[in-house]
Amino acid sequence: MIKENLGIRKSDVINRRMFIIGAAKIIIFTGIVARLFSLQISENKKYLTLSDKNRIREWKLPPTRGNIVDYFGNIIAGNLKVYQLHIIPEQVENFNYLLVRLKTLLNLSEKKIQKIVNLKNKLKPWDSIIVSENLSWSQFLKVNNYLYDLVGVKPVMTISRNYPFSEIYTHVLGYVSQPNEEEILENEIVKERFVPGMKIGKLGLEKTLENQLIGTNAIQRYEVNAYGKRINQLEYQKGLQGSKIRLTVDTEVQKLSSQLLSNKAGSISVMDIYTGDIIAMYSSPSYDPNLFLFGISQDEWQLIRNNPLKPLINKTLSGLYSPGSTIKPIVALSALENKIINPNFKVKCTGKTELYGQTFHCWKEKGHGFVSLKNAMKQSCDTYFYEIARLLGVDRLNVTAKKFGLGEKVLGEYFDNEKRGLFPNTNWKKNNLGRGWVLGETLITGIGQGYTQTTPLQLCLMTAQIANGGYKIKPKIIVNDDPLTLEDAKNSMELQSLQKPNTRLFNDSKNIKIIQEAMFSSTNEQFGTSYRSRIDDPKYQFAGKTGTSQVKRISKRERELDLKLEQIPYKDRDHALYVAYGPYKNPRYALSIIVEHGGSGSKAAAPMAKELFKLIIDRDELRNKQSNFENINI
Amino acid sequence: MFQRDTLNSELSFFQKIKEMDYTLLICIILLSIISLLVMYSTDGGEILFHTKSHFSKLAVFFPMMILIAFFNIRYWHSFAYLFYFLIILLLLYVSFFGLKSSGSQRWMDLYLFVLQPSELMKIAIILCLAKYYHRIKVESVNSLTSIILVLSIIIIPIIFVISQPDLGTSVLIAMSGLIVLWLGGVKVKYFVYSFLTFLISLPFIISFLKPYQKLRILTFLDPDRDPLGAGYQIIQSKIAVGSGGLEGKGFLKGTQSYLDFLPEKHTDFIFTLFSEEFGFIGSVGLLILYTVIIFRIIRIGALSRSNFSKLFCFSFAFSIFIYIVVNLSMVLGLLPIVGSPLPIMSYGGSSMLATMIGFGIVLSAKINRKQIIA
Repeated sequence: MIKENLGIRKSDVINRRMFIIGAAKIIIFTGIVARLFSLQISENKKYLTLSDKNRIREWKLPPTRGNIVDYFGNIIAGNLKVYQLHIIPEQVENFNYLLVRLKTLLNLSEKKIQKIVNLKNKLKPWDSIIVSENLSWSQFLKVNNYLYDLVGVKPVMTISRNYPFSEIYTHVLGYVSQPNEEEILENEIVKERFVPGMKIGKLGLEKTLENQLIGTNAIQRYEVNAYGKRINQLEYQKGLQGSKIRLTVDTEVQKLSSQLLSNKAGSISVMDIYTGDIIAMYSSPSYDPNLFLFGISQDEWQLIRNNPLKPLINKTLSGLYSPGSTIKPIVALSALENKIINPNFKVKCTGKTELYGQTFHCWKEKGHGFVSLKNAMKQSCDTYFYEIARLLGVDRLNVTAKKFGLGEKVLGEYFDNEKRGLFPNTNWKKNNLGRGWVLGETLITGIGQGYTQTTPLQLCLMTAQIANGGYKIKPKIIVNDDPLTLEDAKNSMELQSLQKPNTRLFNDSKNIKIIQEAMFSSTNEQFGTSYRSRIDDPKYQFAGKTGTSQVKRISKRERELDLKLEQIPYKDRDHALYVAYGPYKNPRYALSIIVEHGGSGSKAAAPMAKELFKLIIDRDELRNKQSNFENINI
Repeated sequence: MFQRDTLNSELSFFQKIKEMDYTLLICIILLSIISLLVMYSTDGGEILFHTKSHFSKLAVFFPMMILIAFFNIRYWHSFAYLFYFLIILLLLYVSFFGLKSSGSQRWMDLYLFVLQPSELMKIAIILCLAKYYHRIKVESVNSLTSIILVLSIIIIPIIFVISQPDLGTSVLIAMSGLIVLWLGGVKVKYFVYSFLTFLISLPFIISFLKPYQKLRILTFLDPDRDPLGAGYQIIQSKIAVGSGGLEGKGFLKGTQSYLDFLPEKHTDFIFTLFSEEFGFIGSVGLLILYTVIIFRIIRIGALSRSNFSKLFCFSFAFSIFIYIVVNLSMVLGLLPIVGSPLPIMSYGGSSMLATMIGFGIVLSAKINRKQIIA
């Protein structure tokens, strides 16, 4: 019985203690349910987002750049389909065999093979390796023929930048290439849209207009597993192509410029004197921008870099030259405007003039005799300009030159390699060289030598502003929303000059007329320096001013020798310059030509103007139609 | 006396079938079916290795459970000490000749499947201690010799398991042992004292932990300190559960699972997958199923006449409860990560074998509930 009792007592203990833990169980299970509730119901949204973040990954594709077209709508920077070859390592059965096959098929170098092997070891097995960025069509066909034998190889078609006119537009457009890290970080938009394989503008308009041209990424949304492998595509979001940009340039004129300057170093710029449209802007020699798209080879790069004619320099904008005699219209205008001389003012030229014991030579050793302003311009008499420069003084000359745009950037906002040039005055010399101005320096400034440095485009703008009657224009290379017709441009130019006096560059319009006539005689009258390049047909007739800019001081001995161009070393030959506008009656276009080390302006540069004016004026009608047409469209 | 004799006599086969506890049986079958479906989902909706293997284990162990149920509870009572010593021997064998995997040595290869003796110890220790407290007089429960004896019964296997090393299982063995002590009537103050001692010595215990174990505790306290390394499991597990929502993502549609974000999804983290696909409703449903099983086992214990059956049923119910709580708390980020499977649901033969043996003995206790064990 005792045992029985004890037994009952024991089961009591067991039951009582069971009850305690039974209650504990319910509490704990309730706790777990509460935890489940908080995770699955209260915080469901948070964890759902986290789960999507886990499994959904976006791939951005390189955006398609906008096209750049010339004034007539011809694509000058476009996009081309290119064929590429990718390897997807996880699909490859025998990697070494594949490499051997590809090596023979595509003539891959040992270095390239090593690169592929390195990439393979670095990347995930499902990431594709780019074997060739730009397969030729025949290579592409070859690969396609042997595709059955090339397991794991994928021929891919993508889009790449293309410059159909190759070197014609290099200095205007620049080119695109792979950006470096700094370039990516510099630009917020590039940083945001960058994906491997994307190219950005490195130079020229491609660089300045990057944000308009770039376009938006296409986005592929994939479901991925924990190792990052794509399982399936959920969404494809198309990207937008970058904006189309229309330039004011005319490819035909640009082409002719490149032909005229072939094998020479120099520059040609052509401008509409009313609208400021740049019709052509060519710097010679140029190079093929397509070479840079897929990484230029070391050999080709060295060839461009070491070319003595310096193709990498955009001479139109960053070439600095003494304007030589092409400055004379401005010197004469300044003298007239400041009432230093009247048109009948005469100077006797004996071939040289002396000042404080220093001799200043005229280009014509025997002298021009008594010359008036018109004759001095026509025959480019240096003595005459020494004299009026002396009477005028450099500071007053500087004011006129500045008005016409010398010493200022012309297209500064679009080309970061553009130079300002320099037109000196007494203050400038004191501040920068720490010495006082010397009168002799005024004399040589009067014939465009000395400190003066100008870019070819500045000379073109200067000429255009003389040609349009002395009104300030804003040169432009990009067609804006409402292109002006000739009449509108003329009217708005004159209207503007009434509202804003500083856009009128003259005090007396008669003075501009005198300069225009003088330039006309220089080209179209006998003994004019560019008489041989004249066109008699009034439709094409143009007026201009030659210039020959010395690269080094001519010694007495050299002056006596009077060497022929071929006898002088290339480096020491003068630069040939020519500025002109036409047609003479109702002018519309101005141009500037410079041939580096080309000798005299009348021989080397002026004949090019003849060719150019023929083409430009022939295309004038087409151009006007184009602008009208565009107006209707808008 | 006469009555007692008839009660002690063997039941016929049909009587046994009649006395079988069908509530518990149906719950176990239901749980097995759910576990097969979830295993099918971990295989990505195909009948692959894990599904097949899990099925064949169920196919062997479920009939074994029925077989155990049909033996009189007296046999299991008499077999208890032997079973305990057998497992101790296996642990000894494993510590010398066991298979190694990821730094620990806890398995033995039985050709058909790989056995983990420490899992079986969870059930053996309950059997052994239940028998001890069944036999001992109430007065001697709190005697020094008794306390020392039961503590060594618990500590000996734990030493083996800890040295494997396997912290999770040894904690669970200790919990299973201690609950029998509690039910057996060991004074409450002993539990309080030892708990306090445990708290005080905690810093010293921590200094003895292996670096990876310390890391787990640190990770538990702040999973975001290393989200791709140590904290990865728990973060991904919480994401899976949390993203399941009220109704879940649907069967076979758990993205965390089929895109391989879930670690150990077949074994310790199986609940995560279940919860992702079936949501809050499914999870609570599963929890209710487990609760029914636990309370059914407690009910069987309460109905049983013998203290051995009572002790075994109550302790086993508590153990299952502890396994579930430890596993769920772990995957829900309430406890540090310790390897502990979810009974029947998790992939793993030894755990299922131990659980099925436990269920078998409980069913046997139900059939023979009027049996008195001397």
